[in-house]
Amino acid sequence: MIELLTQLGEKTRDSFTKLGRSSFFLMQIMAGTMDVLRRPALLSKQLYSVGVLSFFLISISGLFVGMVLGLQGYYILSNFGADEALGVMVATSLVRELGPVVGALLFAGRAGSALTAEIGLMKATEQLSGMEMMAIDPIKRIITPRFLAGIISLPLLTALFSSIGVLGGHLVGVEMLGVDEGSYWSQMQAALDVYDDILNGIIKSFVFGFVILWIALFEGYDAIPTSEGVSRATTRTVVNSAFAILGLDFILTALMFGDI
Amino acid sequence: MGNTVKQDTLVGLFVAIGIGALFFMAMKISNISGISDHESYTISAAFENSGGLKVKSPVVVGGVRVGRVVAISLDQKKFQSIVKMKIDAQYNQFPEDTSASIFTAGLLGEQYVSLEPGGMDDLLSDNSIIEITQSALVLEEIIGQFLFKDKNTETTKKE
Repeated sequence: MIELLTQLGEKTRDSFTKLGRSSFFLMQIMAGTMDVLRRPALLSKQLYSVGVLSFFLISISGLFVGMVLGLQGYYILSNFGADEALGVMVATSLVRELGPVVGALLFAGRAGSALTAEIGLMKATEQLSGMEMMAIDPIKRIITPRFLAGIISLPLLTALFSSIGVLGGHLVGVEMLGVDEGSYWSQMQAALDVYDDILNGIIKSFVFGFVILWIALFEGYDAIPTSEGVSRATTRTVVNSAFAILGLDFILTALMFGDI
Repeated sequence: MGNTVKQDTLVGLFVAIGIGALFFMAMKISNISGISDHESYTISAAFENSGGLKVKSPVVVGGVRVGRVVAISLDQKKFQSIVKMKIDAQYNQFPEDTSASIFTAGLLGEQYVSLEPGGMDDLLSDNSIIEITQSALVLEEIIGQFLFKDKNTETTKKE
């Protein structure tokens, strides 16, 4: 009984110290922002590995998600003779929910895990301590550029995902199933608002990018410097990011669209 | 060196496409170019019943969208619904005896305010109030009247 309590206490203390370390880590990242902005070459390199390399995954996924939405939406809406509203359905679900959430999940799997593994390995091979020996701050040199690159990339990738998804819905709904093209676009334009829908979706993706990058970089930086430790940290990045994205999505949706 | 240039080009392309997608969303998906907030004037109209009219519902004249509803409130003295509308500044030639009605687009579509220009020489200006209004058609009321009427005829037949 006492043992159980001791374990519980230990777990609690562990999670609190981890939270403390990660918050401190986040502040260190933020403190390095100005130094990175003075050296945009570092940022550009990370934008390549975080953003450009996720480009194809996101575009192809967006296309297929949009096409499936077009197909399923058409089957259901045509039951009610409302297949003109297909554009509204596809665009609303993509812009409000699927774009930010699925985009962020894919991004966590594609870029987040890679970042954790990269930084974990840097730590395991003592590259980070090597930098410190040379009086180079590894957080400013390694971590902050990746953090900023991720925060810039994810909203852009989300916008791409949603846009390609709408075009995919158009491809299936209008070109293949014969929904009227004019009503596809005009009903969509009438129903969606720049601030209420699109800006909120982009804000969501900013928040998700922030959280994914924070988790991924911290797990890598905090990993036990062995091959097993790095593999566990990579798994934790994907699992924790997924939880964080889905949980935050509910909270953000309730704040933005609902009257809870 | 060549490698960095190639990377920079791809990064530039990525950012450009991303921003392009943002523009596509703003212009094509949500039509930002519709009615903008700047350069408009406000008029209001008092309806007996504004039905399912909502904030942001369109205001049309002869089928052309000229503005949108910005506020709906209740006049506590007359118990009327006061609908405030923002009209785009380029449409400023409406006579003072313009009348406002609430119509429904299609049988179950969204409700909108339709303005019918009158014939007076004075023009509507900022903060004008439209006097002649026609309330929204509430479907339940019509159905209720219809059913009630039907029952009446049935009972008279029995007698």
